Amino acid sequence: MTLPALSPLDAGHLAAATLTPAHSSGVFSATWLLVAIPLFSAAILLLGGRRTNRWGHLLGVAAPVASFVLGVILFFSLIGKPSSSRSFDNHLFSWTFVGNFRADANFQIDALSICFVLLITGVGSLIHIYSIGYMAHDPGRRRFFAYMNLFVAAMLLLVLGDNFVALYIGWEGVGLASYLLIGFWYHKPTARTAATKAFVVNRVGDFGLSVAIMLMFTTFGSFSFADVFGAVGQGDHATVAAIGLLLLLGACAKSAQVPLQSWLGDAMEGPTPVSALIHAATMVTAGVYLIARSNPIFDVSSTARLGVTVVGAVTLVFGAIIGCAKDDIKKALAASTMSQIGYMMLAVGLGPAAYVFGIAHLLTHGFFKAGLFLGAGSVMHGMNDEVDMRRYGGLRKLMPLTFVTFGLGYLAIIGCPPFAGWWTKDAIIDAAFHKGGTSGAILGSAALFAAGLTAFYMTRVMLMTFFGERRWSTEGPDAVHPHESPSVMTGPMIVLAIGSVGGGAFLVLGNRLTDFLGPLLGRPEDADFHPVGAYGLATLGVMVVGVGWAWLMYSRRRVPAVAPAANPLVVAARRDLLGDAFNESVFMRPGQYLTRLLVFFDNRGVDGFVNGFAAFVGGTSSRFRRMQTGFVRSYALSMFGGVVLLVAALLMVRG
Amino acid sequence: MSPTFYLYLSAILFTIGALGVLLRRNAIVAFMCVELMLNATNLALVTFSRINGTLDGQIMAFFVMVVAAAEVVVGLAIIVAVFRTRRSASVDDANLLKY
Repeated sequence: MTLPALSPLDAGHLAAATLTPAHSSGVFSATWLLVAIPLFSAAILLLGGRRTNRWGHLLGVAAPVASFVLGVILFFSLIGKPSSSRSFDNHLFSWTFVGNFRADANFQIDALSICFVLLITGVGSLIHIYSIGYMAHDPGRRRFFAYMNLFVAAMLLLVLGDNFVALYIGWEGVGLASYLLIGFWYHKPTARTAATKAFVVNRVGDFGLSVAIMLMFTTFGSFSFADVFGAVGQGDHATVAAIGLLLLLGACAKSAQVPLQSWLGDAMEGPTPVSALIHAATMVTAGVYLIARSNPIFDVSSTARLGVTVVGAVTLVFGAIIGCAKDDIKKALAASTMSQIGYMMLAVGLGPAAYVFGIAHLLTHGFFKAGLFLGAGSVMHGMNDEVDMRRYGGLRKLMPLTFVTFGLGYLAIIGCPPFAGWWTKDAIIDAAFHKGGTSGAILGSAALFAAGLTAFYMTRVMLMTFFGERRWSTEGPDAVHPHESPSVMTGPMIVLAIGSVGGGAFLVLGNRLTDFLGPLLGRPEDADFHPVGAYGLATLGVMVVGVGWAWLMYSRRRVPAVAPAANPLVVAARRDLLGDAFNESVFMRPGQYLTRLLVFFDNRGVDGFVNGFAAFVGGTSSRFRRMQTGFVRSYALSMFGGVVLLVAALLMVRG
Repeated sequence: MSPTFYLYLSAILFTIGALGVLLRRNAIVAFMCVELMLNATNLALVTFSRINGTLDGQIMAFFVMVVAAAEVVVGLAIIVAVFRTRRSASVDDANLLKY
């Protein structure tokens, strides 16, 4: 491999970015099976129809578990190779050739892909198992598992493709699965609307991603990661910046980042396992994957990188503020997801200094947020699908397992040492401050502030759900009989809770993840973790303040059964900080006016001309019609006149 | 006598017939005027035959007579039928087939 002359500072990183994948042999040639197994299972369940109802869920669980086992085998094989050659491609077939256009069905497995593979299949398997219990009484359970398997296959394709076209197909596939699953209970109008909304908002991002891919092709003549990233240094600076910003647009929609965040809250209309897998642990992190994977592009363009940090910083505060005001437990968690992904975006926007921290937070978040969602699902399961936290309270004793697992996830997300979130979130806040300058101070402060808000809103969720007096009754029309969920549901919650406790320490201690991802994403200059730096103490401080504030508001005082009147900020936060209102006034209304204008032009202009011409012809002919008087003598006269004319003409011609 | 005079007579008869068709309302009269025009034509044909010294015109005149005979049969039948239903032989009364 020859490299262009590079400054010593860049050399290590860029060399890593253009790491050429070796052709796969042995176990790595089975990479494609990771995608094929769940895809095949989805096909069987969808095509098999009602015949597969009886055992469909078992097949649906077996597929991601099989992929997970294969993923673990691949992971250990990858670990066994030297770190400089941990990249293997798996060529299946050439999909299409047209002139210079060449798209291959190629898989590539490397350190970054395998992290995602293990997250998707591992957490995915747990959530599939949980779904057996959660969806036990749903008539559409087989269809549910088919869509979930479809999602797992598409998501694996997204992270395993070795070119942007394969990534795009996976990207669209997860979008489709997300649409199908949000609208799973399609008899509810709200679910239908939410599914359409998610799909439409994602279309905006997909537009950005597709234009970015086209731009790459016209600029670099290839779609493959290796070619594009190898040539990106020689590309025109403005073009590369445009590609980076368009990729960011795609990432914004998929990862629910401002300004395309509005769909995530409504996406909670889907069944809770869907929220846990797709809208918390995996699909919404695809944007972070895209940015991290395209790191050579963002290394070249500081403009694009600045865009990523701004989006991340704005979203992490935005989501945290919304989370503080939501009474719907799933929507509060959705806002929290938005905010946590904001942290990841901020991290991958900070460059090689924090790529690894972003991925680390993504992995730990996958555990604790999936655990929290499954906990929320377990609470809903016991509370007749009630989602309003103002009707919960005092569930601690009745659902001890749910309480403990949810509590461990809670401790992880607020960043309480030594739980998972503390290791990874602190690192991001630390890296933001270490960026230096005014921008570093602003980004760091935003992240620090949102950490306090995170502690506040998660404590609020915790207190309103599990503590305080009972705001429900076992009698009357709204009677509920809270009970612990079956072990098929609590089992996965326990496993995820273990991940929430130990995941962070496992990844960060001894620089495990940094060493693993370093050759691909670059090593942070300051890789070693400092648990008690100045910023670490500040983070702990705001966390304690957040928890204390929430305790004062929701434990010392009674929680009213209906949301009380509040200041304008809270009212706005209850309405998703006016995200929908903004979209409606800026895009929907002008769009409606534009369509009305076009309809007017069509009716009056285009139709007017056509109809006018028809009326003209009709009017003229109705006048001509009057010549048919019915008087035979007038016909005879015209015949006579005609004959005279003919004869005259004949005579003149013969003249 | 020059044959040209026959042509003049033929033209005069034809004109009278044509004007009769156009101006008279009575169906029988109009019908007779049509016959007059046909006969004017026959006269012209026979005259042309005489002028050219061939028999073509005369043969044509026979054809016209045969057609006229057939036409008279049909035409009179129609007129009688119209008169029976409408109690009128005026051509202007049968004006329903119009715009």
